[in-house]
Amino acid sequence: MCLAYPYQIVEITGPFTAKATVEGVTKEIYISLIGEPLKPGDWVLVHVGFAIQKIDEKSALETLKSYHEFFPEEHP
Amino acid sequence: MNFSLKNILNLTKDPHLVKKLINQIKGILSGVERSLKIMEFCGGHTHSLLKFGLDEALKPEIEFLHGPGCPVCVLSLERLNLALKIADEKEVIFTTYGDLMRVPNSEGISLLSLRAKGRDIRMISNAMESLNIAKENPEKLVIFFAIGFETTTPQTAFLIERARAEKINNLKVISNHMLTPAVLDFLLSKNGVYMDGIIGPGHVSAVIGARAYEEVAHKFNLPMVISGFEPIDILLAVKLLVEKILKKERGVFIAYERAVTYQGNLKAKELINKVFKVRESFSWRGLGEVPFSGFSIKEEYENWDGEKFFEIPKTEEYSRGCLCGIILQGKAKPKDCKLFGKICTPGTPIGPCMVSSEGACLAYFKYKGPLS
Ligand code: SF4
Repeated sequence: MCLAYPYQIVEITGPFTAKATVEGVTKEIYISLIGEPLKPGDWVLVHVGFAIQKIDEKSALETLKSYHEFFPEEHP
Repeated sequence: MNFSLKNILNLTKDPHLVKKLINQIKGILSGVERSLKIMEFCGGHTHSLLKFGLDEALKPEIEFLHGPGCPVCVLSLERLNLALKIADEKEVIFTTYGDLMRVPNSEGISLLSLRAKGRDIRMISNAMESLNIAKENPEKLVIFFAIGFETTTPQTAFLIERARAEKINNLKVISNHMLTPAVLDFLLSKNGVYMDGIIGPGHVSAVIGARAYEEVAHKFNLPMVISGFEPIDILLAVKLLVEKILKKERGVFIAYERAVTYQGNLKAKELINKVFKVRESFSWRGLGEVPFSGFSIKEEYENWDGEKFFEIPKTEEYSRGCLCGIILQGKAKPKDCKLFGKICTPGTPIGPCMVSSEGACLAYFKYKGPLS
């Protein structure tokens, strides 16, 4: 019930909807809960058919990078 | 390493990093004599912990208490009976999210068994499907039985808004939406503080914001860390939480920055407040009445409020030996239930904790086996 998945916006299709994709799956989602304008390429977190948050790409990657750099020997 | 969001789900499962983080957490706890008790609020976290074996890997330093964060598990029997009563009416098309379909009531009746009998019961994966069904079936009454915490509440609010804008009057919504900070407050007030820290729900927080839990964290002097659901997300959250516990810091911290902020999703919160108001009290399975813990539909939208049209059937809280209500408070584990794995299995569930994809009993059965 509370799981949400990251999707990338492909196309804005209407006042409330967009086409979004992840790992080869494309579907129509509602973007009406997102306050800021969305454009193709943006990532959103989708829960029961609605984007509930825009994903902050910068902080996502920073956290992970810092950990991978912390253990460099495992990742040549 | 390909650091892009496309690859993020793989990166957050990286087995090398999982091992390193587990060792790191164990290292931090090496001087601590007792095992720390950490409650993961969310059933989604329970499933991730068991699926990836993180609970076993972090033993004995950490014991996880599984929390009430499973909307289907905490739906009261009277509400379940309400769903069954409405779904059994001939002129109704009943819609709800999939998890509820197989939950049996005290007589063993479920939405699925009613559907087998010929009732029009439809599983949906997006609230807006209910609106389309209502438009396509103007002669029928379409009832959307809305379940879920704050994560699914704004979607229902949007649906009701659209029904009003498009004047679709044959759609009614029964709101069973519940508030997570209120139940945490209730649990801790009732049982005392029986954990050292809490892993907070990632996707509820994406909507309501981490700040929503500040009051309860401070009131009970607890640290809480908001976490994502992949193994690395959870371990980073556990690590941060353990550090906060050892430093005796309280308050709410975020370890899921890509999705969660302190203020949450303002537009979604606005929509919730526009359509819903907080009930003075709402009944939770196993917990009874919890003050200010449910959302009802505001008067302005009462034409779409299903509760105005159906009465809640009187129901006794009889649960056929099922311990679900205690398990979801973190006060017992599935193996403490005599029915677990023998009489109660995913194919023949007795209680909701064995049905829901967020239920603790299902997680134990699936990942540890029937004898766990
Ligand atoms: S194993 Fe079944 S009967 Fe026992 S607590 Fe879990 S859901 Fe209830």
